Amino acid sequence: MKSPARTLRSDLSVIAEMIPEGARVLDVGCGEGELLEHLAITKRVDARGIELSQQNVNACVARGLSVVQGDADTDLIEYPSQVFDVVILSQTIQATRAPRAVLQELLRIGRRTIVSFPNFGHWRVRLSLLVNGRMPRTLSLNYSWYDTPNIHLCTITDFTDLVREVGGVIERAIAFGDGASARPMRPDAWGPNLFAEGAIFMLHAEVPLRP
Amino acid sequence: MADRASPRFLRPISAPGAEIGHAITFESPLVLDAGCALAPVTVAYMTYGRLNAQRSNVVLVCHALSLDQFAASRHPVTGKPGWWDVMIGPGKPIDTDRYFVVCANVIGGCMGSTGPAEVNPATGEPYGLAFPLVTVRDMVRAQAMLLDALGIERILCVIGGSMGGMQVLQWAASYPERVISAVPIATAARHSAQNIAFHEVGRQAIMADPDWHGGAYHRFATNPAKGLAVARMAAHITYLSEAALQRKFGRNLQNRDSVSFAFRPDFQIESYLHHQGMTFVDRFDANSYLYITRAMDYFDIGADYGGVLADAFRGTRSRFCIISFTSDWLFPTAENKQIAHALNAAAANVSFVEIATDRGHDSFLLDEPEMFATVRGFLNSVAASRGVP
Repeated sequence: MKSPARTLRSDLSVIAEMIPEGARVLDVGCGEGELLEHLAITKRVDARGIELSQQNVNACVARGLSVVQGDADTDLIEYPSQVFDVVILSQTIQATRAPRAVLQELLRIGRRTIVSFPNFGHWRVRLSLLVNGRMPRTLSLNYSWYDTPNIHLCTITDFTDLVREVGGVIERAIAFGDGASARPMRPDAWGPNLFAEGAIFMLHAEVPLRP
Repeated sequence: MADRASPRFLRPISAPGAEIGHAITFESPLVLDAGCALAPVTVAYMTYGRLNAQRSNVVLVCHALSLDQFAASRHPVTGKPGWWDVMIGPGKPIDTDRYFVVCANVIGGCMGSTGPAEVNPATGEPYGLAFPLVTVRDMVRAQAMLLDALGIERILCVIGGSMGGMQVLQWAASYPERVISAVPIATAARHSAQNIAFHEVGRQAIMADPDWHGGAYHRFATNPAKGLAVARMAAHITYLSEAALQRKFGRNLQNRDSVSFAFRPDFQIESYLHHQGMTFVDRFDANSYLYITRAMDYFDIGADYGGVLADAFRGTRSRFCIISFTSDWLFPTAENKQIAHALNAAAANVSFVEIATDRGHDSFLLDEPEMFATVRGFLNSVAASRGVP
């Protein structure tokens, strides 16, 4: 691992900037480990990953990353509380069976939690449903309703509500997409929910959890 | 402590000019889990590659039940290549141009380390059943004594499959400060009821052989070869998979067109097993087989830590890479995954890789490119983090 092998997806580079140097990081749903590798090289983090696809896991480990095969829905409970400085769930929450429980587990095991997801409140999604009368397909989520792995899509407003419900505190909220660069947003305002293609939240648990 | 040029072998070494390695005898006793002390203790071992000046490039390879220290060099009895020749060597995943590889015969073994076939200095004849029961932890203690004697404090990586994987786990639990990284392959944190059952079948086969003589066969100049061969045949089935057996042998007949209506080995699978049994007895001691299978049966690392496996690894700073194989039903993925779960619960740095293959438990000894890529990548990353070139 000498230099980053490829350029990061734009939301991942925003996330990477939020990670402190040398932190212990868990990337839940780390895919082929591009974010982990980037963080290991540029921020010297203690990088760990969980990934559902065994094929992706094997590829990660062969590249020297510490990754276990596992499922966010079932395997987060085994981690002790507050052992990671940052837990990341990027573009994965919409594919979990129980997003509420997953979010609670993330807040428990990480001192900070970063969640990024596609915003289904975006105007093009709304317009698509209104005009076509069919479940919207977007560039980033190009699946039919019957074969999509994204079974729990939400809007920025939906997610903000869930965070409050599970006792999370929003430290930072960032909107991205629509050609504009990533920018801070007020998650309660109506604007981002209409114009952001995706969002990145940095959270922590309201009630400090004992390690 | 005396370094002797060659271990004592009960059988003559048939391969002329074979490299038979090193052995160190310790006069100070090895205190065993069984509650007694063993002295003197000889540990026979092989090394491959060069120890660097910082002594930071050590890879300790732990061998499985029926194997020995000849991991990457010609076997002195059989003349065959090392059992992990595919893994260890120049440019191979465990690259001997970079790493210094140490592989020691376990105590209780029969290739030079102290075991039931070795002469008991107190009586002047082989120990036989007077040899105390040893555990996987005792084997690891003996290896630690060896590394101490070699002046090696920290191990870059301890790696092994099956019973070798048990030793890897024991190393990580017993000497966390010495183990920088650990690669347990196709193993378990405790030996399952099914595996104990198979071992007992093997032991009973040996003990039922009249040539066994209560373990004192050296006195009668006999060898319970039939019993040991049956034990090996039964065990060998567990190392393979139904799919691989079907693919390799099916119902094919051996050197005949039709069945013989007799109890000759009609089928290819039968003569294959006979061959496995017969070649095994040439290089393995029956009593050793009893002792080493028992050591595996007793292995339950969580039990040593109040029944909580995670507590065996609490606070560890070692990096782990666990590897399992889809068709391994002796040490199935679920058993390996339990180790990964426990390490997660201990917040340890762990990777877990399952490799798809139909070749069963023995896959870890075979040409499995994904295993090689995993070990190579993991070792690279560990070496880089420790500044090992």
